[in-house]
Amino acid sequence: MFDIDRWREIFQSISKNKLRSVMSGFTVAFAILLFTLLFGVVTGLSNSFSDAFADDAQNFMSVRVWRTSKPFKGLQTGRRIQLKNKDFDFVKEEYDSNIQHLTARINKNVNISYKNKQDNYSLQAVHPDHQFLEKTIIDEGRYINNRDLIEKAKVIVIGRLVKQDLFGELPAIGKRVNVSGISYQVVGVFSDEGGDNEERKTFMPVTTAQMIYGNNDNLSQIVIGYDPKLSLDEAIAFGNKMERDLRKKLDIHPDDQSALSIQNMAEANKGVGTFVIALYFIVIFIGSGTLIAGIIGISNIMIFVIKERTKEFGIRKALGAQPSSIVGMVVQESVLITTIAGYIGLSLGTYILSLESLNKTLAEYFIKDPSVSPSIIIGATVTLIVSGLIAAYVPAKIAAKIKPIVALRAD
Amino acid sequence: MIEIKKLHKSYPIGKDKLHVLKGIDLHIKEGEFVSIMGSSGSGKSTLLNIVGLLDEHDEGEYYLNGQLIDNLNEKKAAILRNKFLGFVFQSFNLISYKTALENVALPLYYKGMARKERLKIAMEYLEKVELGPWANHLPNELSGGQKQRVAIARALVTQPKVVLADEPTGALDSTTTDNVMDLLRDINNEGMTVFVITHEEEVAEQTKRVVRLKDGVIISDELTKTKTI
Ligand SMILES: Nc1ncnc2c1ncn2[C@@H]1O[C@H](COP(=O)(O)OP(=O)(O)OP(=O)(O)O)[C@@H](O)[C@H]1O
Ligand SMILES: [Mg+2]
Repeated sequence: MFDIDRWREIFQSISKNKLRSVMSGFTVAFAILLFTLLFGVVTGLSNSFSDAFADDAQNFMSVRVWRTSKPFKGLQTGRRIQLKNKDFDFVKEEYDSNIQHLTARINKNVNISYKNKQDNYSLQAVHPDHQFLEKTIIDEGRYINNRDLIEKAKVIVIGRLVKQDLFGELPAIGKRVNVSGISYQVVGVFSDEGGDNEERKTFMPVTTAQMIYGNNDNLSQIVIGYDPKLSLDEAIAFGNKMERDLRKKLDIHPDDQSALSIQNMAEANKGVGTFVIALYFIVIFIGSGTLIAGIIGISNIMIFVIKERTKEFGIRKALGAQPSSIVGMVVQESVLITTIAGYIGLSLGTYILSLESLNKTLAEYFIKDPSVSPSIIIGATVTLIVSGLIAAYVPAKIAAKIKPIVALRAD
Repeated sequence: MIEIKKLHKSYPIGKDKLHVLKGIDLHIKEGEFVSIMGSSGSGKSTLLNIVGLLDEHDEGEYYLNGQLIDNLNEKKAAILRNKFLGFVFQSFNLISYKTALENVALPLYYKGMARKERLKIAMEYLEKVELGPWANHLPNELSGGQKQRVAIARALVTQPKVVLADEPTGALDSTTTDNVMDLLRDINNEGMTVFVITHEEEVAEQTKRVVRLKDGVIISDELTKTKTI
């Protein structure tokens, strides 16, 4: 089907009729440009949403307690609920099959000093699994391990910024810091993608904290990473069941949110998922509108172009051109223009989306890394080529049917 | 070559019909040089367009090169036009964005000839009409006479059996008119059938046979007395 002469005819017709070609190309390029930008921005928005949760593991689930807000079984409102080791063990045994990671947490604010430097930091006493749930990245040394738990070791893992505050550029691993009057050995330095606050934290074994702060078996929170094989709905159901079971176990009214609640990432993810899907629907709607406008634009121009060329077609037919050759020529020309113009629009769009300065501005509007996925690009391009084909085929077919004598009289 | 029997053609005008050709009988043999004369609106162009397969007749029979022309589709008509017919129009009908040479080569493109060969042949024909130096000029850079010579070269390039010319000199002054007529006569001398419409007696006199039309019928059909060579 490759006909060098046909292409020569087409290139000549395009280059000798620049205005016409540029006009039809412009419509398409503009439509595709808008389409690309639109999709890019939406991708950016949804990136921001998924990022907002990237700090913690996606299967994150946490049990928190406070005071009761409803009387239950003769117990007063305002009773303080306290999680204990036995609750932790209950969760561990009862839901083992649904759990990937499990840790308790004791939250404290502590003063840490090293030599003449000191400041207040938040401390979390945890189990080793905590590392995976908070997505803690170990830069140096190690995290809390099981041996620390058993030995109730006085070891501490400090955030990157804590290390900077206290040690500057000097090594911290193996050094001893003073935490509210007691000496701990630094065994690890970590960083976290969740931002500066996360890197001002410190971690120690949960057993050590229980021994030092009150010698009890109190826990502030239980944090769970549910089995990632669970679907969102299954994970939500799991969370709800655990919430009911724990309330029952701790003599809390079954509906008392204030006393005990489970924060479940699965629910948030489901919400975000729905939101992003809704966003994409809106965009597909507007995006196809833009494309349709582009298609209508090029159809109009093709109709105009073909009208303008009717006489030329008459001449060609008088010289022996068959209708199919005229239709083929026009369609091929239109497809070529749409393809090139579409490509230009697309490249321009992706270029704009990749501009550094623009991205900085957009980031302030909650749009992160706007980009267009290849499948959408291919889809849009194919749509355009096909529409360029149809936009040209219909009027060209009609024009080619005109009797040559009528076409020759056209002006 | 061209045989027409009781040919009728009418155009619809609103609900009515305008009966333009009312039973034409005409036989043109190969190698003839025929002109048609008649007042404006007498149906000359209509007849020529039917002969040239640019339009269709309503009634009667038309044989081109022995082949009955009846219900041709556009594709078959295009093939026949390309093979047997060459056109010269009053308004030249050159393609404005193509050079003189490319215009002349176009019918060969539709014949399926390779580019190199068709440009070579087109150049020969341009030289024949003495426009070799103008080969790479666009039509709007040429005078009326030059344009018509390009059109003639284009009509001849496929070596058709019949050249049809509708007032080829209508837009030209007397010198260029003579020029064009000399060309057509040369063609005829080479054996091609030439069929010309004209308003001018001087032009008709240079052909070998004059057919006169009036109100859609042939009123006279005679050989010219003086044959110039
Ligand atoms: N497409 C058409 N539709 C309707 N009427 C037409 C059409 N073409 C020609 N006619 C009419 O048919 C008649 C003959 O037209 P034609 O063009 O054959 O005349 P002609 O002899 O060539 O005249 P002229 O010398 O002015 O060129 C005219 O009255 C014209 O108005
Ligand atoms: Mg006429």
